[in-house]
Amino acid sequence: MNKTEALESMLTIRRFEEAVVGLFGDHEFMTHFHLYIGQESTGVPLMAALGPDDKLATHHRNHGHILARGADPKLALAEILGRENGINRGAGGTMHMSDVDRGFISTSAIVGGSISLATGAGFALKTRGGDAVAVGLFGDGALEEGVSYESLNLGALYSLPVVYVCENNSEGALGSAGGGFPTSVSAVDDLTDIPKTFGIPVETVDGRDADAVLDVATRAVDHCRRRKGPFFIHAVTARFAGTQPLWPTLPTGATDISMAWDDSAVSGEHEQWYRENDPVLRYARQLLGAGELSQDELTELDARARERIAEARRFALDSPRPTPESALDNVFA
Amino acid sequence: MATKNYADAMLDVLSSFMEEDPNFVVMGNEVLGIGPEAMQFGAFQEKYGERIYFPPCSEAAYSALAAGAAMCGQRIFLHLGLAPFAYPAFSTIASEVATARQGSGGRVSAPATFHMSHGLLHGGAAQHSESPMGMFWNVAGIEIVVPWGPADLKGLLRTALKSDNPSLVITHAFGYGAEDEVPDEDYEIPLGQAAVKREGSDVTIVACSMMVVAALEAAQTLAGEGIEAEVVDLRTLVPLDERTILDSVAKTGHLVIADEGRLRCGVASEIAATVSEHGFESLKAPPARVARMDAPVPGNQIQEAYLAPSAEKIVAAAKQAVGQAPAPA
Repeated sequence: MNKTEALESMLTIRRFEEAVVGLFGDHEFMTHFHLYIGQESTGVPLMAALGPDDKLATHHRNHGHILARGADPKLALAEILGRENGINRGAGGTMHMSDVDRGFISTSAIVGGSISLATGAGFALKTRGGDAVAVGLFGDGALEEGVSYESLNLGALYSLPVVYVCENNSEGALGSAGGGFPTSVSAVDDLTDIPKTFGIPVETVDGRDADAVLDVATRAVDHCRRRKGPFFIHAVTARFAGTQPLWPTLPTGATDISMAWDDSAVSGEHEQWYRENDPVLRYARQLLGAGELSQDELTELDARARERIAEARRFALDSPRPTPESALDNVFA
Repeated sequence: MATKNYADAMLDVLSSFMEEDPNFVVMGNEVLGIGPEAMQFGAFQEKYGERIYFPPCSEAAYSALAAGAAMCGQRIFLHLGLAPFAYPAFSTIASEVATARQGSGGRVSAPATFHMSHGLLHGGAAQHSESPMGMFWNVAGIEIVVPWGPADLKGLLRTALKSDNPSLVITHAFGYGAEDEVPDEDYEIPLGQAAVKREGSDVTIVACSMMVVAALEAAQTLAGEGIEAEVVDLRTLVPLDERTILDSVAKTGHLVIADEGRLRCGVASEIAATVSEHGFESLKAPPARVARMDAPVPGNQIQEAYLAPSAEKIVAAAKQAVGQAPAPA
């Protein structure tokens, strides 16, 4: 994946998530949901560092992971709307959306679930032989669950090829005490102390910096491919204002890509977000500055991403709803 | 055919899988319990040691390890120890294992086999005496096998391990030493087939796991008093063989259910409800539940026995059901 493709993938995720907020506002689905806005620069390069045989376990904030791994936005959006032709036949929804064709074994909305299941995937891959690796994706809150400590212990004890990826998005979060969604509450100041306790190599990376994430992800995956045991990536991302309240919103509006080149458009309450934290704008500015992309090419790339998501939206809304009695399908093989 | 105990039968199955599948793994501590049968593990361990794992005391994580591995196609037998040690793993089993297939739209399963030992231990006290069959039965999406006797265990365990669904195999902690004639060759008993362990015309006694022994003992006593009891061993709870139960009750007209789990929302309650719903016209008297009373288990045998179901209590319930004893005041 070259840098332009990486940016397009990040923009596709961004436009997808903006569409999700709109569809929720239109009452097209009713459940609580979680946005990946602000973390595109973590998921996209991470997935770029993986191969086709690698296995992943993700969690409730999965949309970006699934899309970055190449899932079809049409099927993903249909899944979020609970439609019969969704990627998981509508039974997974936003919480459990998963794509087995792209190596996802599970999307658990139980905090700590993904870290524990990914450890099992690593166990199977090691037992089977070969050099495939497992990736466990989780947020900082997962490190409050007992099962996470137990799983890191097992991963280290059995020297399993698992890349543990903690996307720490608690910086600037309100938390329950501030009227927002629960967020990291820990006596541990530096979360990297936790994997260190088990002797697991760990690196902290600025999750807003796609190139830095690609670099650490490449080394982590290589470490696991060489069967040197697990590796822990601590990616610190910036909290998107829209995920501060209990129900996600778009306080920063639909992303205005012209902010990547037109500084006069950058102002107001969320100026710091646009200028420093929005990873899509940051990466677009980086590519423009390095001459890897022209303003026209960026405009065209964004238009393509928007059209792709608009088509996905039409597809999802036109998709059939499941029959009530299919609630009993797939309980057993 | 040779006389074997439960532990032999279990090792027969695990050894076959070790031979058949080079990636098959056994994980758990005290797989054969802590009685004298535990010594039988030595030869198995010597032969297959590289694929036998003794995990840390992390039931939640190592059951998730088994689930995640199974999602990647690995066959794995996981021993959780005594049933209450499975409670830390409940989240994994109920939220991950049981939901994986439906939540993925039928595209991923976690067909690991989870084994645990249940039952009253004659003084095991509150935290080592659980029989949580009903608790797990209330979770949809897992097969539940509750065998009694080495021959049934051998066939059912093999089926559970080969199944593409996740399975719980819940055996009695006192079962490891139980002996019977067991075929030497590999065989499978389909899940969802109850077994009539004794035929009778007057009352049906439904039981599972070691309560089958109490039910057969009760039937013997009842026969001496002119009451012929039919004993139905459920063998599996999920899937449930409703047909065999309903056919038996249609024949006898009376139903007693014996279960070592607690009364409320337990196996006995579910069987009573099923027969009341689908076999009401067969019943000549209300179904009777003989189950563990609803209290934690005190750490002495006197109080434990008071709470426990028993052959005597089954006899009393059966006599009352067929009208040979007055209803309690």
